Amino acid sequence: MNRVFARRGPRLQGFAVLFCLALALAAGPARGDAVVADLSSHLIAITSGFTGASVVLFGATDGPGDIIAVVRGPEREMTVWRKGKVAGVWVNAEAMTFTNVPSFYAVAASRPLNDALLPGAAALYRIGTANLKLESKPPMTGDRAKRFAQALVEEQQRAGLMVAEIGKITFLGERLFRASIRFPANVPTGTYLVEVFLARDRDVVGGQTTPLRVEKVGIDAEVSDFATREAAAYGAIAVLTAVVAGWLASLPFRGV
Amino acid sequence: MDIYLPIAEMSLDVFVLLGIGAAIGFLSGVFGVGGGFLLTPLLIFIGVPPAVAVASSANQLVGASVSGVIAHWRRGNVDFKMGFILLLGGLAGSVLGVWVFTWLKRLGQVELTISLLYVVLLGTLGALMAIESTRALLRQRRPGGFRRKLHQHNWLHGLPLKTRFRRSKLYISALLPIALGLAVGVLSAVLGIGGGFVLVPAMIYLLGMPTAVVPGTSLLQIIFVAANVTFLQAYTNRTVDAVLALVLLAGGVLGAQIGTRFGTRLRGEQLRFLLALLVLAVGAKLAVDLTVRPASLYAVTTGSG
Repeated sequence: MNRVFARRGPRLQGFAVLFCLALALAAGPARGDAVVADLSSHLIAITSGFTGASVVLFGATDGPGDIIAVVRGPEREMTVWRKGKVAGVWVNAEAMTFTNVPSFYAVAASRPLNDALLPGAAALYRIGTANLKLESKPPMTGDRAKRFAQALVEEQQRAGLMVAEIGKITFLGERLFRASIRFPANVPTGTYLVEVFLARDRDVVGGQTTPLRVEKVGIDAEVSDFATREAAAYGAIAVLTAVVAGWLASLPFRGV
Repeated sequence: MDIYLPIAEMSLDVFVLLGIGAAIGFLSGVFGVGGGFLLTPLLIFIGVPPAVAVASSANQLVGASVSGVIAHWRRGNVDFKMGFILLLGGLAGSVLGVWVFTWLKRLGQVELTISLLYVVLLGTLGALMAIESTRALLRQRRPGGFRRKLHQHNWLHGLPLKTRFRRSKLYISALLPIALGLAVGVLSAVLGIGGGFVLVPAMIYLLGMPTAVVPGTSLLQIIFVAANVTFLQAYTNRTVDAVLALVLLAGGVLGAQIGTRFGTRLRGEQLRFLLALLVLAVGAKLAVDLTVRPASLYAVTTGSG
């Protein structure tokens, strides 16, 4: 699985971060906020050669403490299917639909989550894949709902879209922190929220939320826009393009 | 080198895609089957969402079939009359098939039906073809063997609307290809494929067409079926990834041209035997998948179930 939070970022970004850190240090906590944080970029642009991207999260605190960062993609409705054996054949036997599944979810912390936060605080702020509070449709509770929610998280982890593995947030000195957030190539598009929490004595004492856009740009964006807006025309063009491509391809072989 | 697929929303290695396209194109050129029954599972295997895989395969098939038909047509191996009569039945069949599909969906076991249909169809066809072609191959080995009649006459030859198909050297009722087209149309709508792997053996064994004319004529019908599927998928489900289809095509058209040349060098019996092995292998794989405990009991899809 990809480590979403890698320790080292590109060097150039490092300088930018240090510069911003200095600014943040000068401006942020002086206003009385417990924690200020920002991203090296608020846009992840998906182009033809997209193979994933890294964004550097950096910030400062007003004193010692632990930093926990949560990256949350736009919520989607998802269905979990469970296979069962019927007459010797594996079939989709049961299904459960969840209405509020984050399409991407990752956590990073300066210490292991259990050391940095009390279980109650983690649950309250929905930190960690065990605290997603997935809602099923129709509403259901009990072991069965729990099993399906657990399976959903595991499948999303397998796809690299939920990262339970706690990445590293490093402190530079006592008050400056940074982390490199890695997004895989199959990252869903939409508006993300990056929540940064400051914890002291295993409880949250401050936080800040920063948005992040993941967008298709260039020719790919135009193709997918067109496919959505003008579905019929797109279908016709897809067929015609294939016909022309097939015809063109046979030209060099003429008379063979 | 990776390429981003805008509808599938993921990056894949462009050379892997080109390779898959070339392999499928080669098969389609040799046997006249579209290769959809292999392409879709392969795409799903490398991580493309199933809905996008099915729809984009259809898009790729359009181009690959056009290229294949042109190559066969240059050799005079396309029976246009037969192709269009098959298509007549095929279009009616796909309407009927969509209706059957909706009905199965309401029953809630459409996936299982698809897999079982594949296993039964591929298993039966593959076994029949393997037996027949092995016999034909053995017969040739024996020197001084007696010649068979061109084809056996039975009640099918008593049907009305007799039509002459000059390319196929046949004088049969037009109802036969219409019925065959209808059956294949239903199957292709339910299974989401061009239907070549059903059509090809049926043309050889049921209609008694000469093997040489079969691939080109089968591909002719696949062009229209696949075009229809592509359009409907793009319009209703928005799952056609044109970028994916074009990359597959780039590999596919090259493979198809090579395949067509290779196919004309092989003898009919050998061709049928190889296709039989391929069909049996895919059928066996699907049968095993149905009965072996899956690696994960759970699967996740976007949207409600």
